[in-house]
Amino acid sequence: MSKHLNAKLWIIWLCLVIGLMGYLAYTLTTGEDKQVFMPGELTGGHHQIGVSCNSCHGEAFSDRDAMQDKCESCHGDQRKKPFDSHPRTKFTDPRNADRLENINALYCVTCHVEHKEDIADNFGVTQPADFCVHCHADIGEDRASHKGMEFETCATAGCHNYHNNRSLYTEFLVKHMDKPELLEKPRVKEKEYASVLEEIMTYPHDRYPVQALDNDDADAPVSVKFSTDASIQDDWANSAHARSGANCTSCHSDPQSEAESASEWLQHPDDSSCKTCHDIETKTFMQGKHGMRLAVDLPAMKVSDAKLPMHEDMGHLKLSCNSCHQAHDYNVQTAAVESCLECHNDNHSNAYKDSEHYALWKKEIAGELPAGSGVSCATCHMPRVNMDVSDWLSRTVVQHNQNATLSPNEKMIRPACISCHGLGFSIDALADEQLIENNFNGRPSIHIESIDMAREDNQRYQQELNENSL
Amino acid sequence: MKLSSIATGITLGLGLATTSIAVNAENMVPVKAMADALHLVMDSDRTIYTRKIVNRLVKKEKVIKASEHFEDDKALVLPAQMFRFGSELVQKRAEKIPDVNFSYSLQSLWPINKQNAPKTDAEKEGLKFVAENKGKNYYTEETLGGQKYFTAVYADTGVAPVCVSCHNDHKDTPKRDFKLGDVMGGVVIRIPVDG
Repeated sequence: MSKHLNAKLWIIWLCLVIGLMGYLAYTLTTGEDKQVFMPGELTGGHHQIGVSCNSCHGEAFSDRDAMQDKCESCHGDQRKKPFDSHPRTKFTDPRNADRLENINALYCVTCHVEHKEDIADNFGVTQPADFCVHCHADIGEDRASHKGMEFETCATAGCHNYHNNRSLYTEFLVKHMDKPELLEKPRVKEKEYASVLEEIMTYPHDRYPVQALDNDDADAPVSVKFSTDASIQDDWANSAHARSGANCTSCHSDPQSEAESASEWLQHPDDSSCKTCHDIETKTFMQGKHGMRLAVDLPAMKVSDAKLPMHEDMGHLKLSCNSCHQAHDYNVQTAAVESCLECHNDNHSNAYKDSEHYALWKKEIAGELPAGSGVSCATCHMPRVNMDVSDWLSRTVVQHNQNATLSPNEKMIRPACISCHGLGFSIDALADEQLIENNFNGRPSIHIESIDMAREDNQRYQQELNENSL
Repeated sequence: MKLSSIATGITLGLGLATTSIAVNAENMVPVKAMADALHLVMDSDRTIYTRKIVNRLVKKEKVIKASEHFEDDKALVLPAQMFRFGSELVQKRAEKIPDVNFSYSLQSLWPINKQNAPKTDAEKEGLKFVAENKGKNYYTEETLGGQKYFTAVYADTGVAPVCVSCHNDHKDTPKRDFKLGDVMGGVVIRIPVDG
């Protein structure tokens, strides 16, 4: 009897094992959701794409170099621009072979280990905070101002950033050290797209020449016009699209198709239609938190997927170009404030409408202040920046990667803050978490000494120059 | 170490006569000749950029500045940066072509950026040698990260007034009395060798 029982148990156990193995093997090779293998939670930077292991790991059992390629396929651009002070080439140089033994700077994962949420800081860094010491232990001998500084202080706000060390270099600090808290003419960059359209080779000039269109010019098929709410066409007729010659079929047709006939009508265009004319905007959108799932061919992010606090009733919203830029009227003012606040429900966002920045924004859209005087959410989080649009050309575009000005937030200083504020004030304000929380309602209560140090170094330099010329 | 392809590349790409590089029995360029040839190209390009672009536009025609922060200042790239950017591009490209594996850098006993001070024993000795023995190069072998290298050091001389004035006036320079024609640093070329 017991022998029979044993045999049965063995068979059940064997079946369970085979079943489990089959399930795991299927999941690993063909299944879409592989999270059963996830060794630990992902950081905020990658949690959205956790369902697709291949996005970071490449094929199963790929090597370290293949994984590095995956890191660079998304983060490569960000590392190159504006300046990478620790490029790979610095470390493949044999003279730095000894340094690689301390920290293998050839691979992102040396400092950004994933699935270790408990030890990763806000920027996904898992190295101890004193990693700079391995190569820069003698900095005190080189720069008197740095003597005696603790080595976990290097990356303090307003000071150093491993990947872009020179965004706030000494001469830059000196050049801006005496600027007032508020500049005499606080203005953000002007829009440039309309004036450079002629130069954009990929723009469909032939089909949609730049000219103002009105309701009579709408090229939607008659059947569509009759079956659609008239307000939709009115929205379009009042939009920048109509003013610049972008007609109904500019978006409502297959961007790959050359045909112009109404039979090619596309009822629900997606982001690929936007991309035809707004390539850079779409690309940077997919580099940020809003569009990163699309970049790796996953279904769009839902608001409920976010780790930040969001309005619960918006949880269902899927993020695409149109979720912020409402179709047809494409009002960029709505996209710059109301679209953000519809979803974001944290203290900083909720305090915005009580801020001085918003007061200025209201005045700008009411026409009481000149264009570029107001400060919307997008002014700081999706600023207009000068960006290389090819190897040979650059122009002013809206940076749609919201992370390009965050993590760390000093990245916001150059493209946003100093359009209106002095550098010192900006550095201090961004270091003050309390002030950020209440959306800059008050003054910075923290002071970062980087400008003081640059000022002191500049005095030393001027003195040396004087002595030398005597 | 397959040097024949490198030799061909150098001679074709740079218009040097093949006969100007000694070719040994296996049709291979001796490593020293290869380093000398590489340096000849680097030094010529560097001299031309410094004289015909930077010095001409900055000092003679006074139409533009050259600046370390060339993007912010809308200025010319400094000659030392031009050299370094070229070196970084070589580093990146050569990594993918194992047969053409060499590296080079510009260093100085009086560096503005302290990361460009000599670091290995060969660099320290080489830079001192070329500064003290004008017109002579320094050749040695060294092992770094488990790989043996042929290392050559060549003097880098202040060829134009801009070299001297910029270095003397820079806020981070450890030496403010360079004169035209002084050895201001050195070019270090490394070629991996077997053994």
